[in-house]
Amino acid sequence: MSSLPTSGNVPHVELRSLDELWFQVSGTLCNLECTHCFISCSPHNDSFSYLSLETVAKSLEESIRWGVKEYYFTGGEPFLNREIVPILERTLEYGPVTVLTNGTVLKAEWLSRLRDAEQRGSYSLEFRVSIDGPTPATNDPIRGPRTFERAMKGVRLLVEHGFLPIITMARTWDLSEDERILEEFRGVLKEQSCDRPRLKVLPRLQIGAEADRSEGYGQHDRITPEMMQEFDESQLICNHSRVVTDRGVYVCPILLDAPDARLGETLEAAAVDFPLSHGACYTCYQYGAICTNLSAAKSSTT
Amino acid sequence: MKLAIFGGIYNNYLALEAAIADARARGVDDFYCLGDLGAFGPHPDRVFPLLKEAGVVCIQGNYDDSIGNDLDDCQCGYTDPRDNHFAQISYEYTYRNTAPENRRWMRDLLTELRLEVDGIRFLLCHGSPRQTNEFLWDSTTSTHFLDKLARDHNADVVLATHTGIHWQRELSEGRRFVNVGVLGRPENDGSTNVWYTIIRTGNDLPKPTGSAPWDSTVNNTPIQIEFIPLAYNHERLAQEMQDEGLPEEFINTIRTGWWTTCLEVLPSRERRAGKW
Repeated sequence: MSSLPTSGNVPHVELRSLDELWFQVSGTLCNLECTHCFISCSPHNDSFSYLSLETVAKSLEESIRWGVKEYYFTGGEPFLNREIVPILERTLEYGPVTVLTNGTVLKAEWLSRLRDAEQRGSYSLEFRVSIDGPTPATNDPIRGPRTFERAMKGVRLLVEHGFLPIITMARTWDLSEDERILEEFRGVLKEQSCDRPRLKVLPRLQIGAEADRSEGYGQHDRITPEMMQEFDESQLICNHSRVVTDRGVYVCPILLDAPDARLGETLEAAAVDFPLSHGACYTCYQYGAICTNLSAAKSSTT
Repeated sequence: MKLAIFGGIYNNYLALEAAIADARARGVDDFYCLGDLGAFGPHPDRVFPLLKEAGVVCIQGNYDDSIGNDLDDCQCGYTDPRDNHFAQISYEYTYRNTAPENRRWMRDLLTELRLEVDGIRFLLCHGSPRQTNEFLWDSTTSTHFLDKLARDHNADVVLATHTGIHWQRELSEGRRFVNVGVLGRPENDGSTNVWYTIIRTGNDLPKPTGSAPWDSTVNNTPIQIEFIPLAYNHERLAQEMQDEGLPEEFINTIRTGWWTTCLEVLPSRERRAGKW
């Protein structure tokens, strides 16, 4: 059995290339208060706040030199940020964009503008909508009353504007149930005129609110140096991403609450090795590519 | 110089035969293939004599690495269960029907090739210069990413395949990234033809006008990149796939030009261009 890493033998991961630049565009502010949120977002959690268009624009300029391939926007709920539409419009001039939303606050006028912005350029604008299962019975206890209905309305609105949303769901069921749940969800989405359902199941991250809901990581849920031998590091997001927040640049969108996750003020300062000392690193190791889209999934070759 | 660059062949020996004849008729000097000789289609062993007879210089794709090294799957990079289910069917069929000497030949192929033609530095790879099975889609790859890739790998023109859809981007200082398309199956556009690429370089080319997107100069040498749609006997291929017991979904793609599998890996823009 592998030994538990101590501070002396925690494996470190280098930033191989900055392929994805994330923006914590609405900080930890969200209109919902999901019981499994790994950074405990809520209407009152302002430990991270909104990014301005000016801040995003500065990072976009900085990103050119790094050869960033894709841009991701998350929160909290990105569409609570009053500048989100101009921010996304500006970013589409630089590269492909993915927005992670709960789908409950989308407005037709915003989506019309964004659809126009996407069509003006050559890059994809992807929407990832979080809905935790194919029914209100699986979703609402986690995400809040009537959130299934409201998010599905958001999905319909996206489809009406010509987008093909990716539905992401955190696995609050047994792994063996995945295929049945995906099939059921495909059926539900087709009934809602979403005839090309794109679905992605995500593992739960047992930190933040989720640690209170179920259980946190055990002391053995850590990556050991032995586990990194012959492991493809590109499966770990810290190998190819960084996150811009209003409090500096962080290693990944998952570990915002971890004291060592803030790497510096600029991308330059944040281009340092990161020690894989967290339980969430173990989940990232187990499942791989949990934050990126399927079209950008890294798959190792031998 | 006039070069023909073929992308993934996917066992489609009928398209390969047609492409070689088409390129010869256009006066091509040299032939290259960017890998993934197997997959999808029927009769894997029929591809190899054609490649050898025409002197097609091949590099190794993820499929060739897998078949050549007796791996369990094709390393195509799919993450969706349905995509992987169909990928596995064609992988097992291809592995079973590829002669040991052809497997060995694939095992020993190089994973990249560098050419200098008329002063232009070409880098031939399968997915990207840094990872054999990396998907570089037109709509999800920024220009500055490609610029850095070309610079980091000391190339003026990077040639790749892997995604199954041709596209190109002009980069800074005349550099280029070109996805040459594939011969193996149509491009999810409702047409049954497949695609390959012809590259012309040198001073015998007409002066660049700037009016056509493929006219420019690299290191003061004119270059022209032309994507060639290629008709072939797709009905015969579909019939042979049927006779071999390959999935109806694959045959449908050959007959209609619409992808029915490997859809989840498509970005939304490329997905919307298709039917399913």
